[in-house]
Amino acid sequence: MLGQLPILSAITFLPALGAVAILLLRALMRSEEGAVLDRNAKGIALFVTLFVFALSLVMLVEFDAGQAGFQFVESLPWLPALGISYKMGVDGISVLFVVLTAFLLPICILSSWKLEKRVADYMAAFLLLETLVIGVFCALDMFLFYIFFEGSLIPMFLIIGVWGGQNRIYAAFKFFLYTFLGSVLMLAAMIVMFTQVGTTDIEVLLTHPFARDLQTWLWLAFFASFAVKMPMWPVHTWLPDAHVQAPTAGSVILAGILLKLGGYGFLRFSIPMFPNASEFFAPMVFVLSIIAIVVTSLIAFRQTDIKKLIAYSSVAHMGFVTLGIFTMTELGVQGAIFQMLSHGVISAALFLCIGVIYDRFHTREISFYGGLVHKMPVYAAVFGLFAMANVGLPGTSGFIGEIMTMTGAFQVDPRVAAGAALGVIFSAVYMLVAYKKVVFGVITNPKLETATDLNVREWINLGVLAVLAVYFGFFSTPITDTTRASVDQLIQQYQSAQPVEAPVAATAAPAETAAH
Amino acid sequence: MTVSTLLADLQLLTPELVLAVGAMALLLIGVYTKGEAKAAQRIMTLATALLVVTAGLSVWMAQGPGGTAFHGAFVLDSFAMYAKTVVYLAGAVALVLAGQYLRAEQLARFEYPVLVTLAVLGMSFMVSANDLITLYLGLELQSLALYVLAAFNRDSLRASEAGLKYFVLGALSSGLLLYGASLVYGFSGSTSFDAIAVAAAEGSQNLGLVFGLVFVVAGLAFKISAAPFHMWTPDVYEGAPTPVAAFFATAPKLAAMVLLARVLMEPFGPMTEQWQQITMVMAVLSMAFGSFGALMQSNIKRLMGYSSIGNMGYVLVGLSAGTALGLWSVLFYMTLYVIGVAGAFAVILSMRRSEGMVERIEDLAGLSQTRPALAWSMTALMFSIGGMPFMIGFFGKLFVFYAAVQAGLIWLVILAVIFSTISIAYYLRVIKVIWFDEPSGDFLPAPTGAAIISRIAALIAVSMPVVGIIIALVVNAGAGIGG
Repeated sequence: MLGQLPILSAITFLPALGAVAILLLRALMRSEEGAVLDRNAKGIALFVTLFVFALSLVMLVEFDAGQAGFQFVESLPWLPALGISYKMGVDGISVLFVVLTAFLLPICILSSWKLEKRVADYMAAFLLLETLVIGVFCALDMFLFYIFFEGSLIPMFLIIGVWGGQNRIYAAFKFFLYTFLGSVLMLAAMIVMFTQVGTTDIEVLLTHPFARDLQTWLWLAFFASFAVKMPMWPVHTWLPDAHVQAPTAGSVILAGILLKLGGYGFLRFSIPMFPNASEFFAPMVFVLSIIAIVVTSLIAFRQTDIKKLIAYSSVAHMGFVTLGIFTMTELGVQGAIFQMLSHGVISAALFLCIGVIYDRFHTREISFYGGLVHKMPVYAAVFGLFAMANVGLPGTSGFIGEIMTMTGAFQVDPRVAAGAALGVIFSAVYMLVAYKKVVFGVITNPKLETATDLNVREWINLGVLAVLAVYFGFFSTPITDTTRASVDQLIQQYQSAQPVEAPVAATAAPAETAAH
Repeated sequence: MTVSTLLADLQLLTPELVLAVGAMALLLIGVYTKGEAKAAQRIMTLATALLVVTAGLSVWMAQGPGGTAFHGAFVLDSFAMYAKTVVYLAGAVALVLAGQYLRAEQLARFEYPVLVTLAVLGMSFMVSANDLITLYLGLELQSLALYVLAAFNRDSLRASEAGLKYFVLGALSSGLLLYGASLVYGFSGSTSFDAIAVAAAEGSQNLGLVFGLVFVVAGLAFKISAAPFHMWTPDVYEGAPTPVAAFFATAPKLAAMVLLARVLMEPFGPMTEQWQQITMVMAVLSMAFGSFGALMQSNIKRLMGYSSIGNMGYVLVGLSAGTALGLWSVLFYMTLYVIGVAGAFAVILSMRRSEGMVERIEDLAGLSQTRPALAWSMTALMFSIGGMPFMIGFFGKLFVFYAAVQAGLIWLVILAVIFSTISIAYYLRVIKVIWFDEPSGDFLPAPTGAAIISRIAALIAVSMPVVGIIIALVVNAGAGIGG
């Protein structure tokens, strides 16, 4: 049994150790041995990330999906004066995100195999990022969560700023400052919660009934942080910039994992801790989500830069997530989690697809391409699969997530579901048009004549992701079964916290039937 | 006063006696050593050793009970002992940082370490002051030594200007302080902190006392460079020789802040509501001037000057709480700040090219490629001073904010977090230059002392477990005050 082994700490901190190892190695090696250092750095990074992925799979196997509470809990006193303890644990909501992160990191490393610029720093930054992101999902102490959550900005800032495109400095600053401002408000709220309850233990906070009007303020502060991270309309503007400028692997991490921190935060903090405020603000979230879905889909249609297009499409897909979460129905929340995981796979794959052609032609302009299918048939097929998955074609995981959240939304308010459905149509429009422009037609650009199809590394990366996208499109139960117990508990808790609403609804219902 | 009580009193002053006698001995040795360079070298080493020994001494004395001396004019409690240890160590670090710089800039004169020692002696009295007279004596001893240090490079126009500016404004602030002290004495009938506390408790509506309080606080605010008394800071930091600026930013700040905390918490403890308004306004102004002012700087020393103004704002947020928790947070934040700033100045002192020292932020361009270890150190230090999570600086902010929220100052905290976003922008700018820009030329190998100190400070900045140790020390140190 793994009961006694600190497996979560191992998963969390092994990458950081890897990063330290790389940096030490560089400190010890002479500068003439740059090539050797680069090779070793890549080797260490790949080995560590694969090992961490294996560990996360072990954890997943050991995870008891029937249990709603936290598992693999580790707890050590750390800073009693500030109430901070080192407490880690996962439940059905977070466990799959840990696995997703551990799964995407080796792909990131592999996709950067050809990198030549400052490889050691790059690998170290990615490994640090892995530690911080996994830490966010595992932390069971509020301030510990914050430390990881906010700390993840540092490596991402460096990744965008050092290895990014033309306008990378602007994008890196925008990314950092936007998310930082949101987060510090959350910090203030956390301190208030700490002074109220006297502990920062998330498990205790989950059961603490906060006063109603305090909930409103706390909810807004947390919302400021998570909405930016998500990102929700209208605070999404940092995302297209960050995505466009980030290197391919950076975009993969950003879309695949970092965006999920917001959704995870809603599920971990906003909904269970401030149920009354969540109920109060749910209509606002619905409206913002629908605007996000519809408006960003329309914006995506107008993009000439294919990476920006995918970035806007991410904002739209995250709209489904917020929608699903705030329906507070089982279907909606399950769907939101599913959508996040599925988007983690699909958007990662789409950014890799763009990376493939960007590596070959160094441009992301849609108009540059056309007719790639003649030169890169395999690529065209794979890209096509992910484009379809992004649209939400049945048989891909994208479909399941969207249909679940929309059904959940329908149970709450059909108008909301209708708005979301509109977005599905638009997403088909921009995605298919873009795909057509890039892949089909005749080759008009002579530079494309030299195009070569996928190499082995790209094959492995995209192949694995394709299998997952299709597999979960047909078999969603492995995911929903894992999350069910925790989601049920979450919803029960939420509903039991609405005491004032319950009698009103009870009296309203007969009146309604009488009217009919 | 009998001989035995005198001896008992003097026993409490052991570190100060060692420093005072040591400083004079150093002066004598310096005068009688032939050759200026040799004298400077020798005195530097001896003074560093003296400070380290005194630090050890004060750690040893911290095992004892402490007490008051000279009819309560001088107090040695856990609070003072802690502050002294940090001040002595910071002084020693400042000397280590100075050595090679002064030699390279032809400034190596033996008066430098002696002046630093005397300034540290003054600070030592400041943190132990329990009487307005002791307070003033300690403050002036410190300030006079610092005025000279600021103008130590007397052939440089900028350094002389810095020294003069510091002196004129410092004299003004001393005047304010004295005027305030005289009012306090007039309305309370005593210069002793204990007696003032009694008077303050009896008549917290005593307008004269409040007046005196305002002037005393204004005088001390000048020393910690809290806005609106901050004007001198960037100019002096920029003009003074870099090791002097490094010294200014660490030990004197800590000593003055500790003194301010003691004055507010002990004699004026009963008047918390009155002084809270002053410290809150100063906190907001400092954070505002600090963060907006730093955004436009191109000189890294000026940047550090504004950064220190802003950071004093955060400390004042904690102090405004007026509780034991607030006091701990002040000590804690100041300790982390001193470590971070010492490290950052060590990096600045490593910015040496063949044509001499450089101090523009742009000169750091591409440091991550030319000097990776230095670059990682500076990155960690900048993020730590900026209060980013995963660096210890974050815990300082957290503690300060927590103390303020506990005291119900939630709006102050919200303002503080917003200013912290603005201030992170200029730390990011330094990081941007280090990481994103292409190298504009390599530095000479860093001086050994600076290299070691920057590495150690960076290592502390990223080792979060250290935080627990410092918090334990701080809580222990603040136990006697205000609780």
